[in-house]
Amino acid sequence: MSTSQDGANQAAAQQTSAAQHTSKSAAAIDRARAQGRAALIGYLPAGYPSVADTIAAGIALAENGADLIEIGIPYSDPVMDGQVIQAATTEALAKGFRVREVFDVVRGITSKTDAAVLVMTYWNPVVRMGVDEFSRRLAEAGGAGLITPDLIPDEAAEWMAASDKYGLDRVFLVAPSSSPERMKRTVDASRGFVYAVSIMGVTGARTSVSSAAKDVVAAAHAAGAERVCVGLGVSNAGHVREIAEYADGVIVGTALVAAIRDGGVDAVASLTKDLSTGLTREEA
Amino acid sequence: MVRLMVDAPAAGSDESAVDAFLQGGRPQEHPTQSGPSLRHAPGPYFGNYGGRWMPESLIAALDELEDTFEKAKADPEFTAQIADLNKNYSGRPSLLTEAKRFAEHAGGVRVFLKREDLNHTGSHKINNVLGQALLAKRMGKTRVIAETGAGQHGVASATAAALLGLECVVYMGAEDCRRQALNVARMELLGATVIPVTNGSQTLKDAINEALRDWVANVGNTHYLLGTAAGAHPFPAMVRYFHEVIGEEARAQILDQTGRLPDAVCACIGGGSNAIGIFHGFLDDPSVRIYGFEAGGDGVETGRHAATITLGKPGVLHGARSYLMQDDDGQTIESHSISAGLDYPGVGPEHSYLADIGRVSYEPITDSEAMEAFRLLCRTEGIIPAIESAHALAGAIKVGQRLAAEGAEGATDAAGKASEKIVIVNLSGRGDKDVATAAEWFDLLQKDSPEAEIGKEGEQL
Repeated sequence: MSTSQDGANQAAAQQTSAAQHTSKSAAAIDRARAQGRAALIGYLPAGYPSVADTIAAGIALAENGADLIEIGIPYSDPVMDGQVIQAATTEALAKGFRVREVFDVVRGITSKTDAAVLVMTYWNPVVRMGVDEFSRRLAEAGGAGLITPDLIPDEAAEWMAASDKYGLDRVFLVAPSSSPERMKRTVDASRGFVYAVSIMGVTGARTSVSSAAKDVVAAAHAAGAERVCVGLGVSNAGHVREIAEYADGVIVGTALVAAIRDGGVDAVASLTKDLSTGLTREEA
Repeated sequence: MVRLMVDAPAAGSDESAVDAFLQGGRPQEHPTQSGPSLRHAPGPYFGNYGGRWMPESLIAALDELEDTFEKAKADPEFTAQIADLNKNYSGRPSLLTEAKRFAEHAGGVRVFLKREDLNHTGSHKINNVLGQALLAKRMGKTRVIAETGAGQHGVASATAAALLGLECVVYMGAEDCRRQALNVARMELLGATVIPVTNGSQTLKDAINEALRDWVANVGNTHYLLGTAAGAHPFPAMVRYFHEVIGEEARAQILDQTGRLPDAVCACIGGGSNAIGIFHGFLDDPSVRIYGFEAGGDGVETGRHAATITLGKPGVLHGARSYLMQDDDGQTIESHSISAGLDYPGVGPEHSYLADIGRVSYEPITDSEAMEAFRLLCRTEGIIPAIESAHALAGAIKVGQRLAAEGAEGATDAAGKASEKIVIVNLSGRGDKDVATAAEWFDLLQKDSPEAEIGKEGEQL
């Protein structure tokens, strides 16, 4: 995606988004859809190995084919993360990462690219800052919304209100274990897209994509979701190609974290370029 | 004669029968509470606390557990199973022992010990693990997982799994494994697999994180046997249910032995399961003051403590909203206590609620205060308490002295005298596991012994 020409558009969009509740995530996915492909969503933990690196890597993601970017807040008790992401976020915290720096990362990326930037966070850091205050600052930084791995709609009253107030997307997760009732409820509560967990497990590279993923996406679509993106265990262009056949977006996390760990921003750029080759749907 | 010994905890009809028995022939000595009952709070919320702050992947399992638990409670076959195991396996009812020589140091009030230390496996933990293991069987699960700090809940879980033929995996911080090698061996003797956790701070909270990760991946055949009255609904209300037998027995026993309710009930609080179990029996008795004693570690002013309610702020961790030791960013702060069982930066949500409404008073007890009480009970009563329980004993000394001081202020009637006041302490566990820690604390090890050498390196033996 281009990075410079959209600055003015983006500023305009920011001014009106709160009033109109335009979903930045939905718009990014729809742009990909208009090009006949699924959207690519890349995850990076903030502050790993440094805040400046996260910003540079986020820009590299956008410049090499990612439509949406997920910035994770390092947290002391990441129950949904596997070893690679745990190691990265533990290191970021050990180096003194502060939660407020996530807004610097978001601003640093949104000011240079037109990718939609979401923050993925466990819920307690948001609670501690105050849900309204966190939301206000995220919107101010140009963020698209939040992905909340340990917040279910049942407990999200405060976040529903704040996300409406500031025009932020609320991306809840659905899983292979979600009942039809919960699927409907979660889809209804979500805005932007629905995050389909591909497998019963935590983040981390796996050799193959779970067969459960396709069923979860179908169930979410059947429950009324317009945009469903698949994450967990997606690590290469082959996985991306497989998922792009039936999902609206593909989320890659651990593989990108390993790339920045082993090869820095350049490795993130080249992996993203490679992953994006899998996005275009092949004619059946 | 105590009639509660074979009763399942708190099935509605049994309880009213017990109440009728307890009240029969005795005038009501205290007015009943005017507000709504605090007993049997069903969750998911306790005031602003509790709930389900959990990944969606686990919600179906929590729903299944809640459904199974609710049906089991109403099933006479299940309550009979629990009653039978409590009586014939755990050795319930546990005794209520008057500690007369210890009481001399507690302002001269009467002190009674609820002897959970005499249960099979040496603590209250067995009440909960048997109940949950039975539920796991009812759900058709073949595997249980558990977290453990020093190993007490891990040993109890391994015990229940062995008894009921379940596979058992216990997550334990790598640091704790190293320091508690004998408890690791104990679990393995019982057939469990112990997995050292090297993530994060390598302590109890990280063991819980790792158990949750296992549960997400294996929820089809696995039940997470959480060890305390915390976590996502239905765990807090369910774990309390299995421990309510402590309070039910204690209430009946004190009425039987003294003819009246106690003035105060004391328990130690880590996650808070032993405490909520005994408190539950007295929540609706407004004349009974209730005290929870948190681990004050080196002193709450030092920052090295586990006094979650005293100094924490509300937040969400491990599935529940509750008081939490956290920094300005909402990152969990490491707790510190000489007692591994209290060394947890969170607390069960029902305790947070009881603290906010003022029904229970929560106070910190330092390592030093706890160890003094530990030694005192050893020497005055011939009972070696768990260091966890020693926090409750240290608190009871303070409470007894306060009650005595109140009585001394111009009281002329018999009821005002210290010797007429009654305090119950939940002696939640025995101290066999703590002998090495205590030997180091009191410098009892031979100078040139290998044990002393190891102790110098910060090990527990």
